[in-house]
Amino acid sequence: MDNKIQQSTNIVITAENLTKRFGHFTAVDNISFEVKRGEIFGFLGANGAGKTTAMRMLCGLSIPTSGNGIVAGYDIENQTELVKKSIGYMSQKFSLYDDLKVWENIELFGGIYGMKDKEIKEKTDELMKVLNFENERDKRVGSLPLGFKQKLAFSVSIFHNPQVVFLDEPTGGVDPITRRQFWELIYDASSKGITVFVTTHYMDEAEYCNRVSIMVDGRIEALDSPKNLKNQFNATSMDEVFQQLARKSTRKAD
Amino acid sequence: MLAIEVKNLYKNYYSTKSGNFAGIGRPDLTEDTNPNSPLGVGGISFQVNRGEIFGIIGPDGAGKTTLFRILTTLILANSGTASVDGYDVVKDYKEIRKRVGYMPGRFSLYQDLTVEENLNFFATVFNTTIEENYELVKDIYQQIEPFKKRRAGKLSGGMKQKLALSCALIHKPSVLFLDEPTTGVDPVSRKEFWGMLKKLKDQGITILVSTPYMDEASLCDRIALIQNGQFLKIDTPKNIISQYKNKLWAVQSDTMYKLLTDLRANESTKNCFAFGDKHHVSIDNEDITMENLKEIIEKLGHKNVSVREIEPTIEDCFMQLSQG
Repeated sequence: MDNKIQQSTNIVITAENLTKRFGHFTAVDNISFEVKRGEIFGFLGANGAGKTTAMRMLCGLSIPTSGNGIVAGYDIENQTELVKKSIGYMSQKFSLYDDLKVWENIELFGGIYGMKDKEIKEKTDELMKVLNFENERDKRVGSLPLGFKQKLAFSVSIFHNPQVVFLDEPTGGVDPITRRQFWELIYDASSKGITVFVTTHYMDEAEYCNRVSIMVDGRIEALDSPKNLKNQFNATSMDEVFQQLARKSTRKAD
Repeated sequence: MLAIEVKNLYKNYYSTKSGNFAGIGRPDLTEDTNPNSPLGVGGISFQVNRGEIFGIIGPDGAGKTTLFRILTTLILANSGTASVDGYDVVKDYKEIRKRVGYMPGRFSLYQDLTVEENLNFFATVFNTTIEENYELVKDIYQQIEPFKKRRAGKLSGGMKQKLALSCALIHKPSVLFLDEPTTGVDPVSRKEFWGMLKKLKDQGITILVSTPYMDEASLCDRIALIQNGQFLKIDTPKNIISQYKNKLWAVQSDTMYKLLTDLRANESTKNCFAFGDKHHVSIDNEDITMENLKEIIEKLGHKNVSVREIEPTIEDCFMQLSQG
């Protein structure tokens, strides 16, 4: 079961005709795309377009009805546990345990991903320095401001050095300055070769991605660099591109 | 008469977990142990005119929900006064509850009741009927009426939002309180929602609305920017923008991440933040021209450099104000 699937060396996510149906409802409808190593890939769509369902399949949490997917060299249908080990995940809602201290959260997640104690300790020291968190190390996460928490949650999600990190609306409700600092952390991770797969409702953040896909009613309606998409849709911002595409939606559900 | 009047309002719940301040106002001014200093000077004050859309804009944890709960008579402030429609939030709380509509941040309708049952329930609680005020909710309710036999728990996010708004309106409130109605909602649905608010305003309803999305500020008549329990500024969006200090330029090149570092290292730069496909640089030096900056950047090896003067957005203003 541990056999890696041959994936082109610079491709980290492959989706091929990926489809998920719930009864008569097709949440994700035959989507295909590839994400390159180290790429920041924006995964956009209106509420109910199928983003979360697609993301759950890529994380090994939901089995596709049909189609194939390979993430970090593992099949998302038959090797879900290996997929989970190779990725990181962070969302706005679930990130860290409020009742645990900063270092305890790091130790917990590092341990879950099978890191050695010594490695956890060394990397924790390093991380506290980089984030300038040394004074917060022994504080409970619940006592930290939201912006702090989100930066820490992101760092924890890539602590085990996954090949891909999935970020589900990581900056919702965060103040404007922290939101930008957060994106600097994303750039840094990407420059170290971690692939970033991110959803957001902030259209200015779509501009920070190398490539962006836009889902409408379960399908990928557009996929390119922000610059090319703006040219293609004759738009001056990603917000305009999004508004043009999402208005085509006929789906009433969310 | 003002729709909402708030004077020196202060509320502090020390978080039991952290011991940190949470609430609105400034504890350093309000909780002075010196018996001779006036208590309550650290509270917040503002007024909302009748028929206005007033936005409370700021990040999570800034105190938006605390303010809403005090004004809708759900919690008590530690000090200060507030009135809604001329009624005091403490003394006349029953009167206020009859007159306001409140849509909390979390979906709080009955999941097991159908769309129609929910609306009917709220109408009955307020001693009215759907028919009596149908005109007011018609535009919004018609969009979900095809699903009126569906349980509220089974609705999509967008439909839940429309049902919640209908329920908050069904007794024809004079003041509507909307706590983060668009959080987590995609940009298209957000635009639609603001379109609905505009129509309600045209029918004479006063709206106090909170949001973490700075781009929604321009849709309000007046806004208060809030952070850490305090207002950074209260004014019309236009006035706030015109009060932006420093020149603001949008800069682009082929290597945007390096450009951010290079711009921050420049001595004329007060601060520099990424804004979509451009960086916004505020310039603290009267003598430097856009041409100068372009040359400096090109000398650092950047290609296809463009520098343009721009009007600040509310987000630019928020960042400038929050940095003092």
